[in-house]
Parts: sequence; structure tokens; C-alpha cells
Amino acid sequence: MNVQNLRETYGRTLVELGAENPNIVVLEGDLGKSTMSCYFEEAFPNRYFEMGIAEANMTSFAGGLSLTGKIPFTNSFAAFAAGRAYDQIRQGLCLPNLNVKIVGSSAGLSDYGDGSTHQTVEDIAIMRAIPNLTVLVPSDAIETRKMVRAMAAHHGPVYMRVTRTDLPDVFPEDQDFVIGKPYLIRDGKDVVVFANGAMVSKALEAADLAIANNLSIRVVNVSSLKPVDEMALRDLAQGMRGIVTAEEHSVIGGLASIITYVFRKSGLPIECVGIEDRFGQSAENVEVLFEEYGLTSKHIVDAATSVAGAGA
Amino acid sequence: MRHSDQTKVERAARALRWNIVQMVGPNQKGHLGGSLSIADVVAALYFSKMRHDPENPSWPDRDRFILSKGHVALVQYAALAECGYFSKREFSKLKTLGGMLQGHPDIKSTPGIEANTGSLGQGLSIACGMAAGLKMDGRPSRVYCVLGDGEIAEGQIWEAALAASHYKLDNLVAVLDRNCLQAMGSIVNRFNTNPVVEKWQAFGWHVVEVDGNDVAAVLRALDDLDLVTGKPKILIACTVKGAGLPFAENNVAFHNGSMTTEQFEMARQLFCAKAAVS
Repeated sequence: MNVQNLRETYGRTLVELGAENPNIVVLEGDLGKSTMSCYFEEAFPNRYFEMGIAEANMTSFAGGLSLTGKIPFTNSFAAFAAGRAYDQIRQGLCLPNLNVKIVGSSAGLSDYGDGSTHQTVEDIAIMRAIPNLTVLVPSDAIETRKMVRAMAAHHGPVYMRVTRTDLPDVFPEDQDFVIGKPYLIRDGKDVVVFANGAMVSKALEAADLAIANNLSIRVVNVSSLKPVDEMALRDLAQGMRGIVTAEEHSVIGGLASIITYVFRKSGLPIECVGIEDRFGQSAENVEVLFEEYGLTSKHIVDAATSVAGAGA
Repeated sequence: MRHSDQTKVERAARALRWNIVQMVGPNQKGHLGGSLSIADVVAALYFSKMRHDPENPSWPDRDRFILSKGHVALVQYAALAECGYFSKREFSKLKTLGGMLQGHPDIKSTPGIEANTGSLGQGLSIACGMAAGLKMDGRPSRVYCVLGDGEIAEGQIWEAALAASHYKLDNLVAVLDRNCLQAMGSIVNRFNTNPVVEKWQAFGWHVVEVDGNDVAAVLRALDDLDLVTGKPKILIACTVKGAGLPFAENNVAFHNGSMTTEQFEMARQLFCAKAAVS
């Protein structure tokens, strides 16, 4: 399976967009070689703003730029993009519904070495709770490219979280990306796994593993966390014996919250694979963290087996 | 020395003060102190300095006014209504459900508002972004941004100050309403943000101090700032909180306070009668 880096794709896509639309501007909080906004700086230095290590100002400044017709993309690690600039996003961007794109890089546990300060277990939760804000999580590089283009075309504030981890391609090349829509990645008959980000490829691994247990897993990529097409989610759970959610995020406020809310009256058993209410920590690689926090394909298989049994 | 727009602006400032007092009304709380302290500067901007068109609020080449100290929305509403952006009939619906005049400035609700402010410390950053965008497009527009002297305790103000200086935003003019009182008492005693002139100079700004309740001095200072290029500019407007209402002047109770019926009538005499004869 082809494996690609999402940040790399993100940076290249910004350059494509920059060439197509002179109103695209990029702001960076001194992490350009990590967020990969550096490509845009090389291509369009006059439309690139180094904002220093001052995320609050960067975010409000982007709001000001948008009020003159620009389409700003702000860049930092997710911990700072969503965390440090929360109030600026809330009041300055979302209340007036400004056309600013916030990109939180090195999200989830993917910044494994830097540890808990730089890892985000709660960015989706805090971003989702803000009215007017669109919240997106790409599952691979293919989807990242389509998603970034969709963000630029959408009028309004958007938060996208991007992982540092290289991920296998899972999103069909010929599939359009539409904000709000969940995507069937692999069909199955017994249990549906609603996953996003790095957990989509984990869910595909789980589907392979589960065959040995006589369990057929359907994998759905819920890359739009807000808005979500609830009807489409219900359709994708039709005929299933149970539901599993899988996310590289706290089980509070992210995909687990969305799915348990949408299916609260369905009677279907639901299990949630995600980070229990705790911070990250440093580790030698991201896989060690995924094991520690219960985010492996094995955990998904166990959860699927459990709901299939409960729903039998 | 008189300024050619002095009489017009002084008359407008009295009208703004009466608008502010009317919006709050007797026995109702409102941010009178900080609205009145900056009323002369706001009148100078809307009635002399700024290029803007109430008939065309989204005119791309207009000058922008950002009220970073958003809790004194009263003064901006007073100015916008006086200019004709909306009817003064809206005053009685201030802070009522579905009303145009929210507790803090809101782009979506009120014609002429340029940014959402209220959580302090963010307006200057928004103003910087606007100034940068306008410069990129080669527009002649200037951006004026009013800050409170309590507000500049917010760290984001100084992030913005660095950015404005780094990007040489000489189409940006900040105005510091230096009324020396914050919500809980005097700036010096509660949380000292002084010295201000040296701080802004150290951040690379062109700094001018002026009596912010002297219309002629404010108008001259604003004109002079047009001549300064290559750096952002700040007018330190030394003002009296509650200026114009003797019972409210330098009285911290009127940061967000209410007038008695007698005080309201006194205000009517002071602003309404004078406005009528001038």
C-alpha cells in the first residue's frame, strides 16, 4: 500500500491553490518547516506572513485579512492552533463567520517525541463546540489534497487537523470530497466502524484481521466532524449488528460523542476506541503510543467482536 | 489654533454624548464612563478624519474603525446612528432580544461595524490584519483602532504591537483611551500598565500624546499622523472617564453604572440643550 506524508501534501496543495487564487494568503507561527507552509513561502513570499510565536495574534490577524477579501490559512501545531488561540477563533472568527482556515498540524499523538504538551487529545472537542466552525480530519494524503481544496472553496471558518504520521492511501483517487459527507471505504456485513484520521487505515487492518473470526467489518471514514450528514451515517449503519468508533482523540467530544449521539435511539450496541480521558506522553515512536492508548487494529477487532456479540 | 472641522466635530461630540445617555436611559446600567471618555476622538474620526459612506458601508476604499475596547459599543453605536448608518429608533432596543444593537459590536447585527470585539485584546490584531490586507491591495484606506488602558494588560496587544511594527503598517493608527481607570479602580493602583509612551516607542511605534477631550488638539494630531510613514502610529489620548457628565467624571462607579432620573435630566440639559443652540 502506498504511504504518504499528509503535511507534505498539505504544503504542496497550498501552493497549487496559491497559483489559482491570488487571495489565498498563509500565516505561520514559526513552524513552517514542520507544517510545510514553507513551500508557500518559497512560491509566494509576498502572500506569506511569518507571525512569530504568537498564535493568538496570528489568528485574529487572519480575521482582519479575511475582512479585506483574503482567504487566510493559519498554521501551527494543533495544540497551539486550537488550544492557545481558542478565544480568538471563537470570538474573532466564528462569531462573525469569517473566511479563515485554521490548520492544526502534528495533531493527536503523532508528535510522539515532544510528548503531552504538543500532542492533542482534545482539539476536535473544543473546535466542534464552537458554532459556525467546520471541523475536518483527513484520513490520508489523497483526502488531504481534496479537503484543502474544499476548505478554500467553502466560505466560512474551518479547522483541519493534520497528523505528522505517514499514512497509507485509503481514500479513492476518483472520489470527490464534499464537506459533511461520510465515505464508505470498505463494505462489510456485521459491524460498521466509523473512523477518521489515522484510525481509518487501522480499521482496514482490523477488517482483514476479523475475517479469521468470521466477522465482516464495514469501514466508514467520517472525516467531517462538523457538519455531519446524520442521515448518511444512519444509512451506513443499516443492517449492522453493532457500531464501533475509532479516533486518535479523546472519547470525549470527538467521533465517539457524535456517533453515540446520532445513534442514541437506534438500540444498536456501540463501542468506542479512542483515548480515555488522559494526556499523551513522550515515546520512541507513534506505534508504541497507539498500543499504550488502545488505538490498534486489535483494539478495533475486540470492540467489533464485542458489539457483534451484543447485537446478535 | 482652531481646526476647520472643529465646530462640526464639537457639535457631533455633544450629539454622541446625548445618544449614549439616551441609549442607557435612567436607572439602567451601561458603560457610560469609557464611552464618554473617547467620545471626542470618535466624533473626530467619524465626522472629520475618516473617509466613509453610510450609504455604502462596504465601500472597499473606506477607512476602518475597530473598537478593540468593545464594551463601550455605545459610543460607536452613537456615532454610526448620528452618521445615518441606522435609525436612532434602534436606541430603545439596545441589548434586547433580536435587536440590532448587541452588548458588544457585532458585524452581523449592526451596519457599519467592522469587527467583532468584546473579549479584550483582540481588536488590534484584527486591525493589523486589515491594514496588511489593504496595503497588499494598494488601497488608500487607513485603519483606526481604539484601545482601553485597562485592555493593554492583555498580552495579545503586545503581540499585535510587534506584528504592526514588523510589517511597517503605517496605514494603522491606534488610539489609546488613557482615562486611567479600569473596572475596579485606578490603573496605577489596580494593575499598572504605565509608562505607555515608552512602551509603544520601544515596540517601534510612532507615539503622540494629546488631550483626548480637546477636539481641536485631537483633529490636529490625527492630521499630523498622516504624515508619518514606515511605522504604525498610536495616539495616546489622555482623557477623563465619564467626560462631559460632572457626576460621572473620574468616577469608577460609572465604568458600568446607572444614572438616577435626576442625573439623566442633568445630562439632557448638558448635551441636548447645547446641541440645540450650537
